Amino acid sequence: MSEEVLQQASPGLIPGSGTARAAKPTRLSPSCVSWLQAGPMMLVFLAFFLIPLVFVVIVSFWDYNEYQLLPAFSGRGYTDTFEGCIAQLPDLCTIGKTYLKTLKLCFLVWAITLFIGFWVAYFLAFHVRSRTWQMGLSLLCTIPFWTSNVIRMIAWIPLLGRNGLVNSGLMKTGLVNQPLEWLLFSEFSVVLALVHLFTFFMVVPIFNSMIRIDKSLIEAAYDAGATGFQTLANVIIPLAKPGIVIGSIFVITIVMGDFITIGVMGGQQIAAAGKIIETRVNALQFPAAAANAVILLAITFLIITMMSRIVDIKKEL
Amino acid sequence: MTETTKKGLSRRTLLKGSASLAGLAAGSGAITGFPYVQSAETKVLRYLGTAVNEGDDISRQCLKDTGIKIEYITATTDDVTNRVMTQPNSFDVLDTEYFSLKKIVPSGNILALDAKKIKEFDNITPVFTKGETPGGKKIGGQGTAPWKVLYLEGKDSKKFATSATEFVTLIPTVYNADTLGIRPDLIKRPISSWSELLNPEFKGKASILNIPSIGIMDAAMVVEATGKYKYADKGNMTKDEIDLTMKVMTEAKKAGQFRAFWKDFNESVNLMASGETVIQSMWSPAVTKVRSMGIACTFQPLKEGYRSWASGFCVSKGVSGAKLDWTYEFVNWFLSGYAGAYLNRQGYYSAVLSTAKAHMEPYEWAYWMEGKPAEKDIKAPDGSLLEKAGSVRDGGSYEDRMGAVACWNAVMDENDYMVRKWNEFIAA
Repeated sequence: MSEEVLQQASPGLIPGSGTARAAKPTRLSPSCVSWLQAGPMMLVFLAFFLIPLVFVVIVSFWDYNEYQLLPAFSGRGYTDTFEGCIAQLPDLCTIGKTYLKTLKLCFLVWAITLFIGFWVAYFLAFHVRSRTWQMGLSLLCTIPFWTSNVIRMIAWIPLLGRNGLVNSGLMKTGLVNQPLEWLLFSEFSVVLALVHLFTFFMVVPIFNSMIRIDKSLIEAAYDAGATGFQTLANVIIPLAKPGIVIGSIFVITIVMGDFITIGVMGGQQIAAAGKIIETRVNALQFPAAAANAVILLAITFLIITMMSRIVDIKKEL
Repeated sequence: MTETTKKGLSRRTLLKGSASLAGLAAGSGAITGFPYVQSAETKVLRYLGTAVNEGDDISRQCLKDTGIKIEYITATTDDVTNRVMTQPNSFDVLDTEYFSLKKIVPSGNILALDAKKIKEFDNITPVFTKGETPGGKKIGGQGTAPWKVLYLEGKDSKKFATSATEFVTLIPTVYNADTLGIRPDLIKRPISSWSELLNPEFKGKASILNIPSIGIMDAAMVVEATGKYKYADKGNMTKDEIDLTMKVMTEAKKAGQFRAFWKDFNESVNLMASGETVIQSMWSPAVTKVRSMGIACTFQPLKEGYRSWASGFCVSKGVSGAKLDWTYEFVNWFLSGYAGAYLNRQGYYSAVLSTAKAHMEPYEWAYWMEGKPAEKDIKAPDGSLLEKAGSVRDGGSYEDRMGAVACWNAVMDENDYMVRKWNEFIAA
């Protein structure tokens, strides 16, 4: 971006160029400036998101064989995906089971991260008085991101495994006679790892909403005789809603598409929507993979649309 | 990329530090028409493959002996195939497995090699050319056995020839016979059959790999071992056979037989080393890795035999002229002994035995290839101690191991159906 544009956008941003330049006649109209500001992001969005997405949708309707894509219209990617769904009723077919499991994991992770994230944000926003401490403590929340994804997950094995720290601790204290098998490679360990990874994505937006709540509103509620719970339910939660929704969107979209964490922590035995796509890509069945990606996108989009029905983020921001 | 270039970022900055894209850039260089500018000084070959054959020692020695600089592009087996289909100009030499050929050859993206230009071609072990060991033992041919896909009908043919021609799809380099890995210290009794994988005694302590095309072969070995069914060809099942195999596996999964499935080398090592599993599909170097951690682990020979795999070299169709000559030079160098000995010392087998033997000490050859007790300590190529003097290699001699191969890694005709069934198995 040129200095000119920066100057237009926010006068005084460029040090030492204030008065002399401001006197010059404006060469760019305000709407032009807005376009220039939004332009780069729009181009990136178009080139790396929208266009590939259109391709994914197109390819999902192609045919394929062992080694190539056949650019002829075909619904095979979709019919294969829903294979046996009607014949098997009332039992669920593969895709049904997979999505049910993915949604279940997603819901659990969402509920837990929301609960923990809300209280962490609450503590940061209302109990920690100094800005420095607020910043310092929220930086602490980023600690899980200091090591790579893979290392974080592999680290759970010596902790939760059959001969791991937790199990040997429990055995020594005599709480259990046999190692607990469900600690690792189970839905429990998947949810645990996902919560560990993604609570941060709840904390930040909720904290962000909360620090913008006018403290005098809380005082007013208190003065009007509201209990702590009433203040929370009628003042804080409604005002923190945008943060809650944004955090929820982060967590839900990530968990819906995740297959690495679910794979590693679930011992590759738990199906995930993303895993089906990966298997298909590995077998060079791109149209089928694309069809599954479109389905996943549609379901995720549906969930997010429902959430934004509850809260109009645009208005709240 | 054009969008980004418009904004003033140079190609160079974009590509800097991104190894995977480096290959791409070089590939596009080949398209725009000035590929051999530097050929006078450095001969560079872009080498796409899995990590099995790739080693700094090999590339260093190759540069020393031939002046050819090897640029490794490492990917998983699936990604290698993927890349051949989608970016055939992004590599020169392809190192891949024989079973991938059923997908790669019809795509027309590789160049057959001329057997007459391969010096050691006639010395390649009969395992590849005739399907028998040097000692004359017949090798099981189920699955995509190398000799079924070794030759092409003609130079530009996309069809496999049924008898020997001079056009070779893949010049073999390395192969091995896979079996189950076990923890003898935790099992405490002899294991002799594939059927033990589903033995309820090991409930919650067994594992197989979650790579459908290989996992189903192991499953088939198990099904046959239990006597439930005998396949005409484990590597090319009918839909009914796939259903039957997956049904057996699904029942075992639902009964809690498996602790976890694994997808890569390290996962399999972790499962075994931590004692989460005591019996599982495993690769030979992964067993060695567990053992090098001081944990007992055996690559257990089983009475039903081994599931084998093999890989080799071919060339991208985009390679021609001087570069094609270097490719032959490189392949000839690879078969000339240094690399073969290097691979043998890792527990794999080299395609040309005579040259590898010349590069190994007699006691090493006796241990690795003849199944004799080690006269001296056995060291890995990097010099670390693998086995103490007196130990014997799992599975015995080359003859015993390769002679007991029951089937080969494969791509089935019903691959698409199999993948869908595999997803069902995981979701069950």
